[in-house]
Amino acid sequence: MSVLADSGPRPAREGVGGRLSDLLWRRPGVLLALLLVPPLLWLGVVYLGSLFALLLQSFFSIDEFSGVIDRTPTLKTYGELLRPANLDIIWRTVLMAAAVTVASVAVAFPIAYYAARHARGRWKALFYLGVMLPLWSSYLVKVYAWKLILAKEGIVGWGFDSLGLGRVLEAFLAVPGIGGNSLSVSPTGTFIVFVYVWLPFMILPIQAALERVPDSLVEASGDLGATPGQTFRHVIWPLALPGVVAGSIFTFSLTLGDYIIPQIIGTSARFIGLAVYQYQGTAGNVPLAAAFAVVPIVIMGSYLAVAKRLGAFDAL
Amino acid sequence: MTILARGASALALLAMLGATAAQAQMTEVGDGEGAVSIVAWPGYIERGETDPAYDWVTGFEQATGCMVDVKTANTSDEMVALMNEGGFDLVTASGDASLRLVAGQRVQAIDTDLIPSWSKVDDRLKDAPWHTVDGVHYGVPYQWGPNVLMYRTDVFPEAPTSWNVVFEEQTLSDGQSNKGRVQAYDGPIYIADAAQYLMAHKPELGITSPYELNEDQYKAALDLLRAQRELVGRYWHDAMIQVDDVQNEGVVASSSWPFQVNLLKADGAPVASTIPEEGATGWADTLMMAADAEHPNCAYRFMEHSLSSNLQSDLSVWFGSVPAVPAACSDGSGQQTQEGCDANGFQDFDRIRFWTTPTADCSQGEGACVPYYRWVSDYIGVIGGR
Repeated sequence: MSVLADSGPRPAREGVGGRLSDLLWRRPGVLLALLLVPPLLWLGVVYLGSLFALLLQSFFSIDEFSGVIDRTPTLKTYGELLRPANLDIIWRTVLMAAAVTVASVAVAFPIAYYAARHARGRWKALFYLGVMLPLWSSYLVKVYAWKLILAKEGIVGWGFDSLGLGRVLEAFLAVPGIGGNSLSVSPTGTFIVFVYVWLPFMILPIQAALERVPDSLVEASGDLGATPGQTFRHVIWPLALPGVVAGSIFTFSLTLGDYIIPQIIGTSARFIGLAVYQYQGTAGNVPLAAAFAVVPIVIMGSYLAVAKRLGAFDAL
Repeated sequence: MTILARGASALALLAMLGATAAQAQMTEVGDGEGAVSIVAWPGYIERGETDPAYDWVTGFEQATGCMVDVKTANTSDEMVALMNEGGFDLVTASGDASLRLVAGQRVQAIDTDLIPSWSKVDDRLKDAPWHTVDGVHYGVPYQWGPNVLMYRTDVFPEAPTSWNVVFEEQTLSDGQSNKGRVQAYDGPIYIADAAQYLMAHKPELGITSPYELNEDQYKAALDLLRAQRELVGRYWHDAMIQVDDVQNEGVVASSSWPFQVNLLKADGAPVASTIPEEGATGWADTLMMAADAEHPNCAYRFMEHSLSSNLQSDLSVWFGSVPAVPAACSDGSGQQTQEGCDANGFQDFDRIRFWTTPTADCSQGEGACVPYYRWVSDYIGVIGGR
């Protein structure tokens, strides 16, 4: 210490680099600001800013003949959202998103459970690869492939026919509301493709959550006399719930916003994403598109609030 | 609608929008600005990249130095939206977009004297109401064609004589119902197809034009479309998806464009097309010039080029449409022949009711007709099963 004290305060360093280095050392706030400003700019201006610019549009209205936008603030556009045809679109989308989410959990949980708790070594890698692989190929290619798979003259229809089950498929497709002329033009087809496309986004969070469930807890549950069912209900499921909720946020919001799948597969009935795409992109009705875009935001907001209340984020 | 009534309604709208800006019209075509950007239907501006035999751009670029930039649009609504955004010189607008563009002041009046080949334009199109307002021309006719009834020849040994095969449930020659095996166009303008069908089959409704419907007539058309919803598995708006549906989805009849019919025939599919006894709706496209066109000289040069080169002839072969210049059918300027023109509907002009934008003020009176924006929202409702 005495040696240091004798030499006195160190002189300021020379050169731009040196001075900069001194500045950052003496004022840690500057360093923090430098590191934080770019991401904050991104989040605040590019991301939230453009979102608010879009939301602002929803308070404009459109001249119905020339398609020119009238920039006087009005709630007329939100009134249009309440038209029966538009309410149909909202309900249809929310129901589909909910069904897709529930089905994704049902399909993803066993896969994730096996991958997390039983697969070892090479098998584990294979599971990861199997789940991720579909994400690496083009989304459009997958959807068009499904259009052919589900087509009237596609492999699914052929498979049912060869097994002598053609009538079963026909009976199913005759059910109003979910059926249609073929799987590819029925709501069921849309549902199947949604589940397929979003499944990885459900498997991965559940798997991550299950990896963190200690084996000892499961064993202890068994030692205390719990049946496997009880262990699942009282130990595994609650601990995996954050993963399930994380996955459901993905599948639910992705379904709410998607506009490609219902365009290619299904009955041509509109979904929110498709309505936004058509009003914005093709009809030039940006105000109504913006009003429609608010709907998923509100729905996801309420969804997250409910999830939080259920304690889904407590483990985060 | 008469030209007068249409002009009056468009004028009323212009007044409503507070339109006062007078366009500074060009008096002569000067040197090109080196570029021209066009909003066009897919397949309308070809430079030989899809098929080397179909190129009507390269020659224009070499002769004028105006480099052509194309933005394709899939629906009329998309075209209007793009033109509202601005930044384009020309647009190939159909009749259900052209008057909206005029009313919205997105396109400017043109001087036909500056286009030497104007005289070659089909007389039936020269003063067509979808691009002529109060005797002022807002563009040069580009191409036209019918919305044909496409059918599979293995299910219909004889060409269907009525659109009822897509509107009413019936048993087809193979003993099965047409339910789920027909398609309809996924655009609000298709309501006119239903209205046209009613013109022939419910004369008591008194429909005179499928684009001018009063509340009762409009409701009848929507009811017909709701019944059709039960028959239609999927509506089509993408030509390629329709082609796929005919091949894999068991679609046997649909409204369609000669474009898809030609594609399917080229693939060896057993399809043909016809214009049934009720007539057909059709499109007639006009090359219109943006009000704020950055390259007016190149735009004028392209308008002239569109009438005087191989464009009319080759495009009509490529797209299955009819040239706006009748001579292009037979003068050897491209690959089209008179037979080809006739097959695409050249002689059927009078049987086609061309797309025009429905407006509230129509020949039935001021505010008597259902305007287009209601067509848009109601057709979305019909497709959604409401």
